[in-house]
Amino acid sequence: MAIKTEPITINMGPQHPSTHGVFRLRVTFDGEVVVDVEPVFGYLHRGTEKLAEERTYVQIVTLTDRLDYTASMSNNLAYVRSVEKLGGIEVPERARYLRVICAELQRIASHFISIGFMLQELGAFGTPLMYCFRERERILDLFEMLCGARITLSYMRPGGLIQDAPEDFWPALSILMESMPEYIDDLEGLVTSNEIVLARTRDVGIISPELAVNGSVTGPMLRASGVQWDLRKANPYEVYDRLEFDVPIGYQGDTYDRYLVRVQEMRESLRIIEQCVEQIPEGPIQSEAPFFVRPPVGDVYDSIEAPKGELGFYLVSDGGISPYRCKIRAPSFINLTLLKDMLVGWKLADLVVIFGSTDVVLGEVDR
Amino acid sequence: MYGLGMVRGMGVTFKNLVLPSRQFAVQYPNRKISLLELARENDTNAISFAVNNPIQAIKALTGFAEVPVRLDQHSRFRGEEFAWYEQRCTGCASCAKFCPLGIIKIVTDTSGKYEQDGGKYDIEVFDIDIGRCMFCGLCVQACPYDALHMGSGFEEGVYSRNDLVIDIERLKAAPKKPSTWYRPQIESQNFDPQSGDTREYLDVGRHERPSQDQQVDRWANR
Amino acid sequence: MSFDQLYNLLDRFVPESIDWIVFTVTALILSLAVINAMVLCTALYTWFERRMLGRFQSRIGPNRWGPFGLLQPIADVIKLLVKEDVIPVVADKAVFTLAPVVLLVPALVVFIVIPFGEQSFLGKLNVGVLFILGVTGVNTLAIIMGGWASRNKYALFGAMRGAAMLISYEVPMALSLIGVIILAGSISLADIVSSQGIFYILVQPLAFLVFMAAASAEMSRAPFDMIESESELGAGYHTEYSGIKYAIFQLAEFMAPLVTAAVATVVFLGGTKGIDPIPGQVWFLLKAFSVVFVLLWVRATWPRLRVDQIMGFAWKGLFPLSVINFFVVAVEMFALQEPDGTVTNQSMMIMVGINWVVMVVSIVVIATVLGQGKLQHKLPPQPSSLANMAASEGD
Repeated sequence: MAIKTEPITINMGPQHPSTHGVFRLRVTFDGEVVVDVEPVFGYLHRGTEKLAEERTYVQIVTLTDRLDYTASMSNNLAYVRSVEKLGGIEVPERARYLRVICAELQRIASHFISIGFMLQELGAFGTPLMYCFRERERILDLFEMLCGARITLSYMRPGGLIQDAPEDFWPALSILMESMPEYIDDLEGLVTSNEIVLARTRDVGIISPELAVNGSVTGPMLRASGVQWDLRKANPYEVYDRLEFDVPIGYQGDTYDRYLVRVQEMRESLRIIEQCVEQIPEGPIQSEAPFFVRPPVGDVYDSIEAPKGELGFYLVSDGGISPYRCKIRAPSFINLTLLKDMLVGWKLADLVVIFGSTDVVLGEVDR
Repeated sequence: MYGLGMVRGMGVTFKNLVLPSRQFAVQYPNRKISLLELARENDTNAISFAVNNPIQAIKALTGFAEVPVRLDQHSRFRGEEFAWYEQRCTGCASCAKFCPLGIIKIVTDTSGKYEQDGGKYDIEVFDIDIGRCMFCGLCVQACPYDALHMGSGFEEGVYSRNDLVIDIERLKAAPKKPSTWYRPQIESQNFDPQSGDTREYLDVGRHERPSQDQQVDRWANR
Repeated sequence: MSFDQLYNLLDRFVPESIDWIVFTVTALILSLAVINAMVLCTALYTWFERRMLGRFQSRIGPNRWGPFGLLQPIADVIKLLVKEDVIPVVADKAVFTLAPVVLLVPALVVFIVIPFGEQSFLGKLNVGVLFILGVTGVNTLAIIMGGWASRNKYALFGAMRGAAMLISYEVPMALSLIGVIILAGSISLADIVSSQGIFYILVQPLAFLVFMAAASAEMSRAPFDMIESESELGAGYHTEYSGIKYAIFQLAEFMAPLVTAAVATVVFLGGTKGIDPIPGQVWFLLKAFSVVFVLLWVRATWPRLRVDQIMGFAWKGLFPLSVINFFVVAVEMFALQEPDGTVTNQSMMIMVGINWVVMVVSIVVIATVLGQGKLQHKLPPQPSSLANMAASEGD
C-alpha cells in the first residue's frame, strides 16, 4: 500500500543565513529530496549599468568596486582594461606588474571568503571561517597600505594605477608571502582530509564537463569539472604570459573538487606573486591619461579571470566623456544558469552546501 | 583515512588555541586591564598599588577597569572627515564636478563683486555630505591646488542624519590631519595622521610657490 | 554525605511519630544542594564554553561583564527572564510548558547516583547504570513534546527526526556500557569505580569511543547537531519557545555534557581514584574537566553530518562495533576470570593488549564496509577534451 505524499514548496527567503546575500530560492521538496528549484533575485539591483551611462570613465571605477564586493581589484582591472582597449591607452610595465600582484592577492582573499562560508554552511561552527577571515585581514592590511581602503578600493585608473606602493609595502608583502603557505597548510589540515567534510561533499552536486560548457559556466566551477580553461593562459592579459604557474583542475566536478580547486588556486597565486615581486621594474605608475578620457567611437569587449569566473565589460563609446552603454558579464550570474541541474535530486542538507560551493556574490548577480 | 583526518583537524585547532601568534583579536575601543598590568604600568607591584589606589584596584579586580586602544592604521587610510585648507582653496569647484555622487555643494561670490583676474573666489558655502559619501577620493584627486585632502578618522557617527553634512565653519575649524592618500608630498614628510599633530597649509602643497621671476618667465615671456 | 547519613543525623531531633517530616526535610536539603550546585556548574560551563570556543577561533569570548566575563551567564539569564513569554494560541499549553522541564529533570537526577567518594548521594545504589540509562532516555520524550505542542509543521518535522536519532543512539550507548559491566561484575557505579585496577579507558578503548560518540549524539552536540541545523530550512523543536522556557531548554542542553563527563569519568576513567595526597574529589573534577574539554574541542573542529549519514553511522557503524566489543570482553572474561569472579591486574594487562588490537582492526573493517573507499581525497584530475587551453596557446 503506497502512502500518498505530496510535495511542499518552501521559500528560502531573501534574508537567510545561508544564502550569501539577498537571494530567494523557492524549493519544492518531495519528502527529503529536492524536486524543483526556482531562484528569485534582483533584491540588490542598483542600476549599475544605467548609472554608468551618466558617469565619466574614471568615475565608473568607483561603481565597479561594488559589483563583486569581495574582489574589488578584479572588477577594477577588468573595467580599466576595457577602457584602455577602447581608447588605445598605454600602460607602463611597473603598473602592469603591480596590477597582477593586486589581482592575485585579491584572488586569495576572495577564495578565503568562499571556503570559509562553505565550511560554515557545513556546520563547522565557525572555526574554519574565523581562520580564513583572520588570514584575509592580513591581505586587507596590505590593501590599506596601497590605497587607503580595505574593500572598495578604486585603486586602478585607465592608464595605470593611481598611486605607487609605499616603501613599507614590499617588506610587508614578503612577510605575508612567507607565512601564507603555512596558513593554507593549516586550513587544509583542518578540512581537506576530514572524513566528515568528505562524506558531506564528495559525489555531491556533480556537473559533467559537457553540462558545464553548455551552461557557460566559468571559473573554478568549470575547472572542477575537468575542463582546462583559464583566461590567464588561454588569452593572456597583463603580464601573465611571462609568468609560470599551473591551473588546477578537478576530478569529477563535485562540491569537494570545487573546494580543492580553490585551495590549489590560492597556492598558485602565491607563486605568481613571488615571480612578480622578482620581475617588477622601476618606472612610472601611470601613463598620462586625461581626467576626462574620450575614447573614439566604437565598442570593445574585454574580460579577465576574476576569482569567480570570467568577468567581462562590453563598452560602447560615442566619443563623449561617458560610455553610451556599459554591459557587465558577471560570472556569478552566468554560473547560476546551472542551478536547477545542480540542485534537483539532492537532499535538503546538500542544497545549502552545493549552493555555497558555487560561490555566488549577489552584488554581481544583481548589479 | 579511518578517522585520522579528523584527528589531524583537531591537532590544527589545538595549535591555534595554544600559540599566541594565532590569537588575532584586538579589543576596541577599550581594553580590559587586570590588576597586575595596572601595577606594572605604574612601576610598582600589585600590593602597593592596591593599597595606594584602592578604588582603581577594586575596579580592576571586578573587571571594570579599561584603557583605550589605538588601532594600527596606515597613513594612507581614507578617513571620514576631510582636511580643507581655505588659504589654498580658490573655489574652482573641481572637486564638486568630479564627485560621482554630487555631494559637494560650493557657492561662491553671490555678491557679484570679483577680485582682480587670477584671484580667488570668496567661498560662502562649502558642504560635504558624508552621509552619502563613499570616500572614493576622486575629489581629492581632482583638486589642483592641494586644498582638499582625505581625513584620517573613522568615528564621525552622530545622532541625527542632518548633522552628517559638514559645513564650511566645521571644515575651517577642524584640526587638519590629512591622509597621505594621493598626496606624495605629505607622505615624503613621513607624516602620520594618527600621531596627533597637524599640517599647516604651507606644508601640504605639491609645488613650491614660484618666485616673481619664475612667474614672469612663465606667463609674460611665453 | 548521603541520604541515609543526613536522615540519621536529623532523626535524633524529632520524635518517632512524625518521621515523615525528617524524610521530607532531608530530601529537600539534598535536592536544594544538588540543583544549586549543578545549575551553578552549568552556568560556569556556558561561560567556559564561550570563552574557549572564542580562543579556538582566535577571538576573545565574552569578557565585558565581570572579571573575565564571569557574570555573562547572569546577564544571559536576566535577558531571557525579561523577554515576553509567548505561547502560540493553537499550542497545547500543558505539554508546551512541561516540555522544557521534562528535558531538565533527568539531567539533574543523574547526579544523585554518581559516586563522589565512597558512595553517592543516594547511598550505595546497586542499579546505578540501569538508572542512568533509563533516566537519560527521557530526553527523547521531551523533544517530541516540544515539537508536538508547538503545533508547527516544521517543528514537528524536526522533532521527529531528532527523536529517531536519539532512539537509534541509545542502543550503542547501552551496549558499550555492558562491556564495562561484564568486566566489573556489577551494575553499581561504586563497584565499577572500585574494580578499576587499570582504568577502563585503557582496557576497553573501543567501548570508550563508542560511548563518547553515542553520548555526543544523545546530547545532539557536534558532529551530530543536526537538530539545530534544521533551523537552516525547517525549524528546530524549540522554535516557538521564548523567554524562560527557552532558557530552561538551553540549561538542559548545557547540562548534558556535564552529565556525560560525570558518567564517563566514573565508568571509564576511574572516578575518584587517584594518587594519594590529592583528595579523590579533586581527581574526579580534573577527569571530568578533561572529558568536557575534549567534547568542546570536538565541537570547535568538526562539521556536522547529514541525517541519513547519522542514522547509517549508528546502525552500521557504532552498533557492530559495540557488539564486537561486547563479545570480545565476554570471551576474555570467560578465559581470564578468577574463581570468585574478579579479574586480577595482570589479566587486565593482557586484555589491554588484545583490546587495542581488536579496536584498530574492527574500526578499519567497519570503515571499509561503510564505504571508506569512496572518501578518497587525492584523486587525480581528469582533464576533459573540451576547451583545452593547450590547443589555443598555439595561436
